[in-house]
Amino acid sequence: MKIAVCIKRAADMETRFKIAANGMSVDETGVKFDIADFDGFAVEAALQLKEREGAGDVTVISMGPDTVQETLRKALSMGADKAVQLKTDAVPADALAIARVLADELEGGGYDLMLFGRMAIDAANQSVGPMTAELLGVPCVSAASQLTIANGRGTARRELEGAADVLEFPLPAVVTIDEGIARPRLPSLKGIMAAKKKPLEVKPAQVGESRVKVTKMELPPERTGGRIVGEGPAAVPELVRLLQTEAKVL
Amino acid sequence: MANTFAFVESRGGDLRRVGLESVTAARHLADATGGGDVHALVVGAPGIASKTEMIAAHGADVVEVVEHPGLALYSPEVVAATAADRIGAGSYRAAFFSASAQGRDLAPRVAAKLGVALGADVTAFEASGDAIIVRHPVNTGKVIATLSITGTPVLLSLRPGAVTAARAPRTARVEAIAPAMDPASARVVPKELLAGNTAKLDLGEAPVIVSGGRGLRAPENFKLVEDLASAFGNAAVGATRAVTDDGWRPHTDQIGQTGRLVSPDLYVACGISGAIQHLAGMRTSKTIVAINKDREAPIFKIADYGVVGDVLEVLPVLTDAVRKAKHSH
Ligand SMILES: Cc1cc2nc3c(=O)[nH]c(=O)nc-3n(C[C@H](O)[C@H](O)[C@H](O)COP(=O)(O)OP(=O)(O)OC[C@H]3O[C@@H](n4cnc5c(N)ncnc54)[C@H](O)[C@@H]3O)c2cc1C
Ligand SMILES: Cc1cc2nc3c(=O)[nH]c(=O)nc-3n(C[C@H](O)[C@H](O)[C@H](O)COP(=O)(O)OP(=O)(O)OC[C@H]3O[C@@H](n4cnc5c(N)ncnc54)[C@H](O)[C@@H]3O)c2cc1C
Repeated sequence: MKIAVCIKRAADMETRFKIAANGMSVDETGVKFDIADFDGFAVEAALQLKEREGAGDVTVISMGPDTVQETLRKALSMGADKAVQLKTDAVPADALAIARVLADELEGGGYDLMLFGRMAIDAANQSVGPMTAELLGVPCVSAASQLTIANGRGTARRELEGAADVLEFPLPAVVTIDEGIARPRLPSLKGIMAAKKKPLEVKPAQVGESRVKVTKMELPPERTGGRIVGEGPAAVPELVRLLQTEAKVL
Repeated sequence: MANTFAFVESRGGDLRRVGLESVTAARHLADATGGGDVHALVVGAPGIASKTEMIAAHGADVVEVVEHPGLALYSPEVVAATAADRIGAGSYRAAFFSASAQGRDLAPRVAAKLGVALGADVTAFEASGDAIIVRHPVNTGKVIATLSITGTPVLLSLRPGAVTAARAPRTARVEAIAPAMDPASARVVPKELLAGNTAKLDLGEAPVIVSGGRGLRAPENFKLVEDLASAFGNAAVGATRAVTDDGWRPHTDQIGQTGRLVSPDLYVACGISGAIQHLAGMRTSKTIVAINKDREAPIFKIADYGVVGDVLEVLPVLTDAVRKAKHSH
C-alpha cells in the first residue's frame, strides 16, 4: 500500500507564548518545535499499516520554509521512506490555500491512503484534510479514532459528542487521524542514522490567494486562581457558600 | 442588507443545541448588517420536518428541509453536497456551521466545494466592510487570533457555547428540498451510530463538568464523581488522559490538548494534577474548583477555589452539600 502523510511543524504547546512586536504573530525565539501532535499519530498509523502488510511505502509531505526539513527527518527516522518539502516562506492562514498546494502534490501520486492529523495543534483549524479530499475528489473520513483497511476498503470509527459512528469507504481515500489510533514511536538510533540517507525532495509550492489574514494575536487574560478555601471535608461549607454567593454557579 | 445561512445540526432525529446556536448566530449577523433573511437547512430522516417550528422560533425566515430515509445517520458526502448546493443557490454574506464533531467534518468539505474561505472554531464574529472579522483560539487556547476573512459567502464554524441559542420567533417559509445526491450512491457509507448513554449530558453542552483523574485511585471510585455530577443535575463527567489510557473511562470523556476542549460555567477537578495538556482543554472554564491532596499540585494555580484533601473523603460531603443547596432553591 502506498501511503502519504501530510505533517506540520508546530511549536511545543508547553511553551509560555509571547506575542511578537508586530502584534500579529507568536515570538518564536527559544520556542521548541516538533511534529504537530495529531500528525505524529498519523505517521505512526501509516507505519503500522505498512508493517501489518509487510510491504508498502510511506511518504511524508510538509509545506513550509526550510525548518520543516527537521520535521520531515524526524518522520523519516521513525520509519517513513521518503519526504517531500513543498517550499514556501509564507504559509497562508487560509486552510483552503494550503489544501490546494497539498492536493497538487498528492494528485497523480498513486497513493492508496492519504493521512492527515485531525487538526494542527497550533492553528487548530481542523480543515486541511477534508478540504484536500474534496479538491482531489476522493472519499474522506475525518477524525478517525480507529482505522482498519482490508481488500481495498477502509472502516473507521469517529468519536462524536457522547457517541461514536462507524463509516466504510473505498480506497484511495483521505483519512484524518485522531488520538486513540496509535502513539508515535520514538525514533531509534538506527532510525536516526538511516533517515540521513533517505530521500528528501524539495519542490517550490505554488501558493494561491489567501482570503484569511491574521490581523492580531493576543494572550487571553491570565487566570487569577490560587485561592485555597480550606482542607478536607471541613472546607465544603465554605466552598458551597462561595459557589452560591460569589461564583453564582449553584 | 444581506442574507445569512445556518446549517442546523441534528442527530438521531433531534436538533442539537449547537444547531440552534448557529441559527441564533445567523440571526445576529443578519440583524447587524441591516436585517437580511436567515435561511436555515436541516437534514435528516423523515420526521425531521417536525423541527421546523423550533428553528423558526430561533430566527429563521426560511427553513429548507431535506428528508430522506437514507439520511437517518449523518452521511458526510450527501450532507456536504446538499449544503454546498443550497448555499451556492442563494447569495449569502456568511454561512454558519457548528464547530462540533459533525460540523468540523462538514464545513471544510463545503468550503472546498464552493471554493470559499472557512473561519473555523470561532468564538466571536462581526461584519466589517467587505470582511468578516472573527476570533479563534490557537495554540491550545494560550493565544487568541483575530482573523479577517473575505469573499462571499464566508463560512464560519462556531465553537459550541460561543453564542447562546435564543428565541427570536419568525413565521418561516418551509421548503422541502431533495438531497443533492442519492444517499445510496455515497462512497463514504455511515454504518452505525454507537450511541453513548443518551441520558447523560454531553461535555460540550453541560454547564457543569465534574472531572476525575488518577487521584481517584480506582475506576470504581468514579461513582463518587458521577454522584456529584448528578447532585448538580446539569453536569457531565470528564476525565484525564491518565484515566482514559488506563481504560477507567472511555476516550470520549478525555479533556485536554488531544481530547475535548470545554469551557463550562463550572469545572470541578477531582484528583487531577493539572498537567499542561489537561489545562489546555479546560482553562477557559468560567469557574474552576480543584480537590487535590497535594497543596503544590499545579491545578491549584488556576483554580478559583481549591480544597486540599483526600478526594475520596471530600467528594461525598460535597455531593451531599450540593444536593441540599439545589433542593433549597
Ligand atoms: C492565527 C494564525 C496564525 C498563523 N501564523 C502563522 C505564522 O506565523 N507562520 C506560518 O507559517 N503560518 C501561520 N499560520 C498558518 C497556519 O499555520 C496554518 O497552516 C493554516 O492556518 C492551516 O490551518 P491549520 O494549520 O490549523 O491546519 P488544520 O486544518 O488544523 O490541519 C489539519 C492537518 O492538515 C495537515 N497540514 C496542515 N498544514 C500543513 C502543512 N503546512 N504541511 C503539511 N501538512 C499540513 C496536517 O496533517 C494537519 O494535521 C497562521 C494561521 C493562523 C490561523
Ligand atoms: C502529547 C500529549 C498529549 C496529552 N494530552 C492529554 C489530554 O488531552 N488530556 C489529559 O488529561 N492529559 C493529556 N496528557 C497527559 C498529561 O501530561 C498528564 O499525564 C495527565 O493529564 C495526568 O493525569 P492525572 O492528573 O489524572 O494524573 P496525575 O498527574 O498522576 O495526577 C494525579 C493527582 O491526583 C492527586 N491525588 C492522588 N491521590 C489523591 C487523593 N486520594 N485525593 C486527592 N488527590 C489525590 C495527586 O496529588 C496528583 O496531583 C498528554 C500528554 C502528552 C505527552
